[in-house]
Amino acid sequence: MNPQRLPYGYLAAVALLLVAPTLVYPVLLMKIMCFAVFACAFNLLLGYTGLLSFGHAAFLGSAAYLTGHALKVWELPTLAGLVIGTLGAGALGWVVGTLAIRRQGIYFAMSTLALAQLMFFIFLQSEFTGGEDGLQSVPRGSLFGISLSSDTTLYYLVLAVSVSAFWLIHRSIHSPFGQILKAIRENEARAISLGYDVNKYKLLAFVLSAAVSGLAGALKTLVFTFATLSDAHWHTSGEVVLMTLLGGVGTVFGPVVGAAVIVTLQNELADKVGSMVTVIMGFIFAACVMAFRRGLVGEIIALYKRMIGEKVQ
Amino acid sequence: MIEIFGVPLPSLMGQLTLGLVNGSFYAVLSLGLAVIFGMLHIINFCHGACYMLGALFTWMAMEYFGLGYWWALLLVPLSVAAIGIVLERLLLQRLYKLDYLYALLLTFGIALMIEGGFRYLFGATGKPYSIPDELTGALDLGFMFLPKYRAWVIGASLTVCLFTWYMIEKTRLGAYLRAATENPKLTQAFGINVPVMVMLTYGFGVGLAGLAGVLAAPTTQVSPLMGSNMIILVFAVVVIGGMGSILGSVITGLGLGVVEGLTKVFYPEASAVIVFVIMAIVLWLRPAGLFGKGA
Repeated sequence: MNPQRLPYGYLAAVALLLVAPTLVYPVLLMKIMCFAVFACAFNLLLGYTGLLSFGHAAFLGSAAYLTGHALKVWELPTLAGLVIGTLGAGALGWVVGTLAIRRQGIYFAMSTLALAQLMFFIFLQSEFTGGEDGLQSVPRGSLFGISLSSDTTLYYLVLAVSVSAFWLIHRSIHSPFGQILKAIRENEARAISLGYDVNKYKLLAFVLSAAVSGLAGALKTLVFTFATLSDAHWHTSGEVVLMTLLGGVGTVFGPVVGAAVIVTLQNELADKVGSMVTVIMGFIFAACVMAFRRGLVGEIIALYKRMIGEKVQ
Repeated sequence: MIEIFGVPLPSLMGQLTLGLVNGSFYAVLSLGLAVIFGMLHIINFCHGACYMLGALFTWMAMEYFGLGYWWALLLVPLSVAAIGIVLERLLLQRLYKLDYLYALLLTFGIALMIEGGFRYLFGATGKPYSIPDELTGALDLGFMFLPKYRAWVIGASLTVCLFTWYMIEKTRLGAYLRAATENPKLTQAFGINVPVMVMLTYGFGVGLAGLAGVLAAPTTQVSPLMGSNMIILVFAVVVIGGMGSILGSVITGLGLGVVEGLTKVFYPEASAVIVFVIMAIVLWLRPAGLFGKGA
């Protein structure tokens, strides 16, 4: 897309999002936005830092539980609940990140997966989370005196928060910090030799990614008014990888598109095919890896570049 | 009755042998992962699914064809290996030149397909598989009764690990394999068919997972979901032990099985997480892993 026309594109997208709840079921839209935020946060690591975390569900799940607990048991205001969830996931991200970045490559992926499984078992056994039952009927509360019990009202809150989160990720990617992350992704040894404390930057990216994932989880609790173990299950970690891969790893909009496609697909298929959904997800995974590794958005960008005569790698 | 830290000796020994049984599975599975990683430089996420296939095929052989345990022990690892070889030829071999993460994601997708497919066909509930007649009963060791099947699993797994070690370290085929790992181009220039070796290595690795599945069938409920929990645990085992050495894989696997078994005796609440906790501690204190050679 022509950079000068980009603001119009953004304006059109925002206008569409503002009227969307009159056209589509708002809960579905909110679910898509939660997962879009989650996938964008994940993409910050995989796409821009080159770190494959296979345990991001731990951050989504822990924030979902923290926010649920803060609103239901501690009866805190909605905003405080969101902040607690986000900060809690960020803190967990600091612990997991500190441990996992001590290993590189394949071991990093396996470590994050195993540490997320550790968190899953802790959630399963602790009273804080309600174990197998999860936290049910979490109150949505109100914001600035406006009750959030209506789906449409909540939609605009979720929209505002999601757009802010997207902007935050977008800014991080295009800041000097983001450039250093890309340098680490492209050539870690060179980044070290240039004097960058690579592990510090990796950890910072990890914590940021975990915190924004947590924000997604906190929003998800508000939307569905419950938090369950499935948020922290490794399946969810796999889903966010799939969303990012399908949309396009390392593209700004890819994870959003991927999240929209996967969530809609799951929504459509869940009642019809039961556990075949897993097979379909697995198939999309394999198809993405084998046939189009750039993802949907990545392929469109490549097509556009080819049309205007630029070279594509 | 003799007690150790307030736990009766027979129940302690019972958990200890059970821990060794689980440790044998960890050892065989992490050995398969290490063999595949050494040659293909990929991490095989569908290893757990292959383990599950091994157990489920064993159950199916009995249920649909009336083939007993010993036939399964021979045929099931071969058929799982055959499936692995087909996957390698059709899909995996196209990814060797790319970043490691694509092979990881592909095998993850395959694992989802296998698990979801069999869950669709058979449901998530576990199916019982009885211990073969020859191995029922227990051996009286004086201080404890050792169920014969547990002794068999531990013995068979150790034999398989030893066999693999011998094959790779002491035979001509193993020497080719090590040469191909070190420098595939040069090895090929000497007239050794490296792609075929890669294919057979992958087949052998997943065949080991299938064998672990056969051994596991009578010890647990056979279910399509048994693979995914196992593979995450085995990943933790691999992070702890590293994939550099065969002996390291075996010792780490067995050791963690024993530690897990003892945790079940002394602090059962932590038995599900103990391996992951140990992994976190190892990452903290010795990031290269117990037997690792760096990153």
